[in-house]
Amino acid sequence: MRKLALNDEILLKIEKPARYIGGEVNSVMKDKEQVDIRFAMCFPDVYEIGMSHLGIQILYDMFNRRDDVWCERVYSPWTDLDKVMREEKIPLFALESQDPVREFDFLGITIQYEMCYTNILQVLDLSGIPLDAEERTWEDPIVIGGGPCTYNPEPLAEFFDLFYIGEGETVYDRLFDVYKEVRARGGSRQEFLEAAAEIEGIYVPSFYETTYHEDGTIRSFDPVNPHAKPVVHKQVVMEMQDTTYPEKPVVPFIKVTQDRVVMEIMRGCIRGCRFCQAGMLYRPTRERDVEVLKDYAYKMLRNTGHEEISLSSLSSSDYSELKELVMFLIEEFKDKGINISLPSLRIDAFSLDVMGKVQDIRKSSLTFAPEAGSQRMRNVINKGLTEEMILDGAGQAFEGGWNKVKLYFMLGLPTETEEDMRAIPELADKIARRYYEIPKDQRNGKCQVTTSTSFFIPKPFTPFQWAKMYTNEEYIGKAAVVKRGFQDQLNRKSLKYHWHDAEVTVLEGVMARGDRKVGRVIREAYRLGCLYDSWSDLFDNDKWMQAFENTGIDIGFYNLRERSLDEVFPWDFIDIGVTKSFLKREWERAMKGEVTPNCRMQCSGCGVAKWKGGVCVEGKN
Amino acid sequence: MKARIKFRKYGIMRFIGHLDVMRYFQKAMRRADIPIAFTGGYSPHMIMSFAQPLGIGITSDGEYLDIELTESISSEAAVGRLNQVMAEGIDVVSFVQISEDKKESGMTIVAAADYEVTLLLSAKSMEETVPVPEEWKEKLAAFLEKTELKVLKKTKRSEKEVNIRPMIQEMELTEAGIRMFLSAGSEENLKPDLVMETFLKDMGLPAEKYPFHIHRRDIYAKTPQGGYLPLEDLGTLVP
Repeated sequence: MRKLALNDEILLKIEKPARYIGGEVNSVMKDKEQVDIRFAMCFPDVYEIGMSHLGIQILYDMFNRRDDVWCERVYSPWTDLDKVMREEKIPLFALESQDPVREFDFLGITIQYEMCYTNILQVLDLSGIPLDAEERTWEDPIVIGGGPCTYNPEPLAEFFDLFYIGEGETVYDRLFDVYKEVRARGGSRQEFLEAAAEIEGIYVPSFYETTYHEDGTIRSFDPVNPHAKPVVHKQVVMEMQDTTYPEKPVVPFIKVTQDRVVMEIMRGCIRGCRFCQAGMLYRPTRERDVEVLKDYAYKMLRNTGHEEISLSSLSSSDYSELKELVMFLIEEFKDKGINISLPSLRIDAFSLDVMGKVQDIRKSSLTFAPEAGSQRMRNVINKGLTEEMILDGAGQAFEGGWNKVKLYFMLGLPTETEEDMRAIPELADKIARRYYEIPKDQRNGKCQVTTSTSFFIPKPFTPFQWAKMYTNEEYIGKAAVVKRGFQDQLNRKSLKYHWHDAEVTVLEGVMARGDRKVGRVIREAYRLGCLYDSWSDLFDNDKWMQAFENTGIDIGFYNLRERSLDEVFPWDFIDIGVTKSFLKREWERAMKGEVTPNCRMQCSGCGVAKWKGGVCVEGKN
Repeated sequence: MKARIKFRKYGIMRFIGHLDVMRYFQKAMRRADIPIAFTGGYSPHMIMSFAQPLGIGITSDGEYLDIELTESISSEAAVGRLNQVMAEGIDVVSFVQISEDKKESGMTIVAAADYEVTLLLSAKSMEETVPVPEEWKEKLAAFLEKTELKVLKKTKRSEKEVNIRPMIQEMELTEAGIRMFLSAGSEENLKPDLVMETFLKDMGLPAEKYPFHIHRRDIYAKTPQGGYLPLEDLGTLVP
């Protein structure tokens, strides 16, 4: 039997001990003496969140297929255990072997959102790994980061040895082989980093230096090691059938956020919404083969015993075999008590028909994400959804028996006026009016239209990367305009309004487009006790503000400037395939309120067609 | 057809709570392809009920769940298939057919449970046990001599004083520790940790100085004759 890293007394005292004991069905055990590389794969948040992430499951499976690698999992200890580990000096451990993370060859950290940055420092700190990459020796694992936030890795540069830019399927094998080769010949850590820097897609932050203009913007960013390249190219899998997929995902003992089989049907999105980072990063759109997916569905349900299956993609309605796949799932599994969950579907006749089959109409709600209230604003963000489409979709849904609608919008978008803000409650009211057009005896009581707004945060590699943000007070003012607008509506009793926190928005903005100087704030915030910043009940804005003050970093510099078109961005050295000139073109079109067609309607020359795959070659061979 | 599954819970699984064990078995049924029956309605769920929840930290050799099947399956096949998909820490011991009568379901017929409590060197590990002090033998006799053992019993909603003595059917010192045969089920239910706390208090000993581990040995139903039978003995093997 495995010996647990935590003793019984601790495990029986803390919340949900199952977070820390491993041993779940389908978790992978190996003999550590029989492998060359031990990889600790970390999601820097609590177990239930981390276990729900598909990317880690894919890599866990892929790494463990190699006989010479044993990949294990690590998550952030919750605050109760965090305290105990510090008091009793218990080092952070991996779930499978329960061995200290510091003994591993690699610590891989997936960086999915900006507000996990202090948790990354917690993981390093509890592991006993120096926070500064420069201070690490062979006694420490190689700390490598991946995931969407690595498209601007600069705020985290000092904490990581390597960043993997792009999809994990392409060069990890080469990285492992290089590692084994360097270790076998007794090479130094520096030698390994230099060899790794030669691999396409691997970024070694310590091999670069930034100089700044007097106004704080970047003057230059250059390699200072001959092995490092001036440009790091994003890794992308062009043939989806060549990738592996976890047919036996780990089945947690406790209920996690995604307590279901998740099938990735497609990568990328054809839509080109100008605020959306994922829509640019994961271009071109690539679909998985529908027959292969059917086979995965069988195997994954059988191997996990989950009672639900869900499809994952940025926009499932654009998957060309969606109908075929969904009908198959319903026919095969509905009678076996398997729930079929269909997120991110556009509301149309087909999706309403399907949803009517897989969910209880009376209980479920329909979701629309117009993102902006006015047509002018929707054109600016290139959200190809018209008011007519929304009202039509809602009307069909209401006639089909639904009476609950959720609406998602963003506030603080570029060029936004008060009129655009007021258009949000107006649109919500029009939807409610559409409901009450149905004769009373045919409707299902009152309708409920729930509107949520979040504040827009410009992200790197989007057409809005030049945009300015606002202050905390300005954001609250915007939400107040919307709230007042709701009070003026005819059907206000059927309308509900929620808005997201503004303080976190401001911080996320700094992290998203920050440079290397921002690392100091993260370190200081962590020192002051910030942790689990994405958990609203644990988030402590005062401490963050203190950290900015203590380090002399100015939030306004990062958030309140509209950047000039010739400014050098911290992330400019990364090539995601989509060119900066395309993004500029899109930014300019946005300012003119011009819509750009989606990839299937017309190629707009974003740059990724050079890879000759996915949607770029659809119907051309 | 209705069936009763007996399983053991040990090792790391003792940290998995009752609700999660239920979820665990729902998924295990699917992995093992057991032809389990579902309720009707929009969100059908498996027809499955557990005899008696087991607290976190407690190990057991005799846990039970009853299920309803849509078709017959042999005991051997069911045990084999389930054990192939178990995580370490849960073993399926037996699978027997039981009466279709609702009044005979595991939950309703539970009458008693058998426990073994071992004293530990430290609360840090259940592996290192210490022998029960010699003098406890006499003290236990005196403890059981009493006709009333009033204890403040806390439930989720209220606190009330109950006499636990009648619910202690048997209690004795063994080589391993202390064996207790306690009333269990929906009518009268006594937890072994409460007995231990009361016993220690009765001896005037501080509870924190005597960490212990609880192991459930089996769960029993009362026979019409007044005796006790382990729940699995009320079923028959399916050939």
